[in-house]
Amino acid sequence: MGEFTTEIVATLSDYITTHIIKRPQFKLNADEALISSGLIDSFHLVDLAVFIEQTFGVHIDDTELTPEHFDSVSQLAEIIRQRKS
Amino acid sequence: MLNHLTRLQTLTQAIVERAVLRPDQPAVIFIHDDGREETITAAQFHARAAGYAQALQSIGVQPEDLVVLVLKHSQTLLYAFWGAMYLGAIGSIFPFLTEKLDAQIYMERVRELVTHSRARAVITFPEFKTELSELLKTADCTVLSTEDVPEVTDATDLAEVGWPAYDGEKIAFLQHSSGTTGLQKGVALSHRAVLNQIQAYQRAIDLQSEDVIVSWLPLYHDMGLIAGFVLPLVAGVLLVLMSPFKWVRDPKVMFHAIHRHRGTLCWLPNFAYNHCARVIRSCDVDGVDLSSMRAFINCSEPVFSESHQIFLEKFAVHGVRPEALSTCYAMAENTFAVTQFPVGQTPTLDWVHTRTLQEQRRALPVEPASAGSTPMVSCGFPISGTEICILDDNGLQLPERHIGEVALRSNCMLSGYYRRPDLTAQAMRDGWYCTGDMGYIANTELYITGRKKDLIIHGGKNIYPQDLEAIANTIPGITPGRSVAFGLMDKSLGSEKIIMVCELENRNPSEEELHTIEMELRKRIVQRSEVALADVRLVGKRWLIKTSSGKIARAANREKYLREFLGENHP
Repeated sequence: MGEFTTEIVATLSDYITTHIIKRPQFKLNADEALISSGLIDSFHLVDLAVFIEQTFGVHIDDTELTPEHFDSVSQLAEIIRQRKS
Repeated sequence: MLNHLTRLQTLTQAIVERAVLRPDQPAVIFIHDDGREETITAAQFHARAAGYAQALQSIGVQPEDLVVLVLKHSQTLLYAFWGAMYLGAIGSIFPFLTEKLDAQIYMERVRELVTHSRARAVITFPEFKTELSELLKTADCTVLSTEDVPEVTDATDLAEVGWPAYDGEKIAFLQHSSGTTGLQKGVALSHRAVLNQIQAYQRAIDLQSEDVIVSWLPLYHDMGLIAGFVLPLVAGVLLVLMSPFKWVRDPKVMFHAIHRHRGTLCWLPNFAYNHCARVIRSCDVDGVDLSSMRAFINCSEPVFSESHQIFLEKFAVHGVRPEALSTCYAMAENTFAVTQFPVGQTPTLDWVHTRTLQEQRRALPVEPASAGSTPMVSCGFPISGTEICILDDNGLQLPERHIGEVALRSNCMLSGYYRRPDLTAQAMRDGWYCTGDMGYIANTELYITGRKKDLIIHGGKNIYPQDLEAIANTIPGITPGRSVAFGLMDKSLGSEKIIMVCELENRNPSEEELHTIEMELRKRIVQRSEVALADVRLVGKRWLIKTSSGKIARAANREKYLREFLGENHP
């Protein structure tokens, strides 16, 4: 994982544990399933997409908000990294 | 001009007549997920529904047989529903499989429903036909694939299907709420009851033929099925329909649809006001004009004044007027609406003393916005033909401003829970249907304060905590029978979030073990009930409070959760 990706992972994990799971001490593994595991519901998924657009300037289309497109913080970070470069 | 409903015997007559009298009138504009729009005229709608009636007849479906629709939100679903009714059969829409649900468990649920309600046919997509046929081979039920339905395009020979000469007391369709518990209760509604509801409700909202109803609501729920589908079709009003899955991920699509089609009416659960205000950005709705809207009707979850406020603050610039935010109290057992606030007027805000409300079960009026007060939003007045009253624990009627269980009787009530006379009898008291909701009446307006049953309403959907607790019992590491699920109001969501607290078998679990159990619980809950838990707490033995009769006390455990984990002291 490159340094930039590590940073994205940290930012996303922090947002998810603080604002979505609302338990900052929750140990969120970067490869842990987010959607199919029931950690994030449909409403918060849209919040997450808005956060990503505001923070990284990367647009995640609503059609991509499914486990087939990404289901973990590391997969999401990879999408962001690709679109940033 | 709106359809005259009084002389009609069945709902299908309204559809067929419109196809004859105004064949080219657009009945439905269906918006696909990619934004493509398809206009279906009254004649086309009728023809396609007739195709389903023919296909059902060809596999031996008879009037009064139950037909379960295992179809996603699509045009197919619309036609199949009416096709069953054309035959005089009883349609029932089953929520469709989503990516989150476990497919095997889902199919098992379909099997259970078919078996216990003795359904005669299932209509589904070709990809499910083999699996479902195999699963249902011992049941007396035929699986019809949408592929095998003839496409009827020519509706000129209307006499072919005509309309069934059944009397209005026959059951038209069933409505179910979600979950294992909900599936036991198919709310059976007669043609007459639904026609009475539509007639009374169109008066309550002053429905006009020029109205345009915009909806993204799912059709397996009363609000989507009646307000967002049956009402416009039967009344002869244009319906603009989109998918709930698309809307939740991209809520601006509804505003764009309102703008393009000059929408006037739309029904939303309370959380939708928050969802729109939270995630729609100004740039998403640049130039979108919502001033055509007569009413956004808040219904199917408790109404919060804050949700209306944030919606208004954000979208007033697009032409949303305060008096366009209306309210309704509804339930499947009354077909749909019980009360409605007059459209075009801002619902009454009743400021009441918070402690008296909670401790003495009385709604004591106080100065607006004074300290220790709560604003209660009126759900309006009973629609014509429906009466409401408030009952105490002994079933006696309470005076105004006293909190008790809301009961109703009407000319649009359920005929009964389908094939469950026992459950029907339980819900009725001297001809009144006891809703399980708590509330009070003030100046003949209804206010809802909470629920008698431990039902959770999350995102407009009814969730039975016992269903979730039963799932927790199957997780290794959690002590069977020692879990509790409850709802907690989340103001930013505008809805209840769902919390679970479970006792562990192991006294000294490692961090890793705790994490594994929590993730397993979350996963199994979402796969079986589509619910994402907002919080999970795994606790030691004897943490949970039980009632004197040995049941898990949900309310007491909720208070304990608030105190111990969130440091909140709630009265």
